[in-house]
Amino acid sequence: MNSPPPRILIIGATSTIAQAVARCYVGQQATFYLVGRAAGKLAIIATDLLARGATTVHTQVLDLNEHAGIESMVQQAGNQLGQIDIALIAHGSLPDQARTEHDLVYALDEFQTNATSMIVCMQAVAQHLAQQRSGVLAVIGSVAGDRGRGSNYLYGAAKAAVATYASGLRARLFREGVHVLVIKPGFVATPMTAHLELPARLVASPEQIAQDIVQAIHHRRDVLYTPHFWWLIMMIIKLIPSVIFNRLRL
Amino acid sequence: MALLSSWGRYPDRPQHPHTLYWPDQISPLLQQLHAHTTTLAFGYGRSYGDVCLAASDHVLTTSAMDRVLSVDWTRGIIRAQAGLSLAALLNIVIPHGWFPSVTPGTQWITLGGAVANDVHGKNHHVQGTFGCHVRGLTLYRSDEGFIECSPNLRPELFQATIGGLGLTGIILDVEIQLQAITSDQITQTAIRFATLDDFFDLSAYYSTSHDYTVAWIDCLVRGRDLGRGVFFAGNHADGHDQEHEYTQPSSRHMRIPFTPPLSLVNSVSLRLFNALYYQRHVRPDTCKMHYQPFFYPLDAISHWNRLYGRAGFQQYQCIIPAQHARIVIRAILQTIANSKLGSFLAVLKTFGDMPSPGLLSFPMHGTTLALDFPQGSLTEQLFRRLDIMVHEAGGRLYPAKDAHMSSTHFQQAYPAWTTLEALRDPVLLSHFWQRVTA
Repeated sequence: MNSPPPRILIIGATSTIAQAVARCYVGQQATFYLVGRAAGKLAIIATDLLARGATTVHTQVLDLNEHAGIESMVQQAGNQLGQIDIALIAHGSLPDQARTEHDLVYALDEFQTNATSMIVCMQAVAQHLAQQRSGVLAVIGSVAGDRGRGSNYLYGAAKAAVATYASGLRARLFREGVHVLVIKPGFVATPMTAHLELPARLVASPEQIAQDIVQAIHHRRDVLYTPHFWWLIMMIIKLIPSVIFNRLRL
Repeated sequence: MALLSSWGRYPDRPQHPHTLYWPDQISPLLQQLHAHTTTLAFGYGRSYGDVCLAASDHVLTTSAMDRVLSVDWTRGIIRAQAGLSLAALLNIVIPHGWFPSVTPGTQWITLGGAVANDVHGKNHHVQGTFGCHVRGLTLYRSDEGFIECSPNLRPELFQATIGGLGLTGIILDVEIQLQAITSDQITQTAIRFATLDDFFDLSAYYSTSHDYTVAWIDCLVRGRDLGRGVFFAGNHADGHDQEHEYTQPSSRHMRIPFTPPLSLVNSVSLRLFNALYYQRHVRPDTCKMHYQPFFYPLDAISHWNRLYGRAGFQQYQCIIPAQHARIVIRAILQTIANSKLGSFLAVLKTFGDMPSPGLLSFPMHGTTLALDFPQGSLTEQLFRRLDIMVHEAGGRLYPAKDAHMSSTHFQQAYPAWTTLEALRDPVLLSHFWQRVTA
């Protein structure tokens, strides 16, 4: 089973989950196009992937809140890679919900990072994949997008926008041979969650999440809950009647 | 987040982890931890006692900081962040025909941990310690920030950091010299021996022809059979006399899924295990094997430390200087056998005379013995008797394995400790250091 080496675009490549996903593909001599904001970290990740067996690693420093650069970035990635087999959109931040409740500028900034910028990236990548009539677009959403909870609804709303947009994109691109995957991680040990007091048993490692993502990309799944038990947890949370849900501190 | 412990699970001091992903987090993290006064870097937690436990019980975990920073495949030099595991390093360098110059008996350690404990392996008589192959490293100190150290750059800090138990600063990255190999196989010779004298003779004979030597000894037998065991000698196989190919290790893997309430390591299970092991090697036997089972036989059983139950265990590892080794090792083995407390096979290895750059490096020219004991009051009584024997012979104990040595014994065995204390980063402190400098 010698599948050709995959050509992979990763947007938000310095995120912990993105790094773990990239490492899963080095054994297949993958070629990468990494996009991120922090030039130093991006260069270190590129060197690391090369040492671990990647064939070529291109990098581009870009602030993804600058929407104007996104389309040409995807173009550039397509040119460098020849073709984009897999595109992973992984950037994001975890807003301080309490602050979003009184600081609207901050709230909209966070929404912009976690929803608008993601949508612009999805749109640009989808356009490119549709033209080449192949490829998988994988985007990192969250279980938080499944139902707005009092403790985290700005982030949840942004991730819901991502999931809904991706669902529509998937339906539109179905006939073009392009697939769209929404990844909904639960709690993952990353810098984003480092300051939270999370129940140890529910926190997954980025490596575990990455393996699930690689499988889901391979099998062209529509939606991935990772670890899988989050599917059940979120099903229950979605089914709680509002009268009760409103009284819970979730 | 789940709390952390050391490998021996004794002393029971659960550690709160604070994860380091990138070096630029250190300064804010240290400020955040300021309320706890001190902290310590924590890698894979494979040291047995309390060297890896922060006095404040709040550690900075480094295992997510595991990126390769530069490689020179023609000269076999690699620089990587301190959280890179030896297991990952092996997978990265072996396909390019390189191997770590020194590896301890487990691959589940970080580069930072290997430096901080100046670990050794079966080839100490040829290559010295891990620290002998460190070309440079980057530290972060709360008082100075980022510092590059090497044998020529800030040499005093470099020497204090090799075997410095993580106290001279947070080790951020390490550059090491690898050794060239042409195959991932090892040619191993195994020879059963009946007496301790045979061990010393075999060791002297094979250390000239073999890079790797070690022996396993049955510590439960007394009287005439005292010191019986199996001697192993190995060399990297020559890949030129066969197809140059890197193979997959056997995937046979066991896991101890949970900690039993009581120790499963008892006199019946041990006697049976040790006797079977001895009987398996009736005839001298030379074979070619994958490097994994040769270097890391216990890594095939995940969480084997759980076998000792909730109380945990301690390992006793001492070094006896060469001139006293025959007599004192025999006396120690006798004392252990009479106590009937010994555990699985003891490891015996002759160290060479190559000095380490490290100030507090454990190895010296002589013979080292390592053996596990279930934690308990009898074990502690036995350790006190052994400590006196080691001390009188001019030997010392290995801090990476220790949870009991007295400050008197430590300070006499490691006189350079005052230099390390002077160079210690004031925000770094372990339970071990608190104990032995008291």
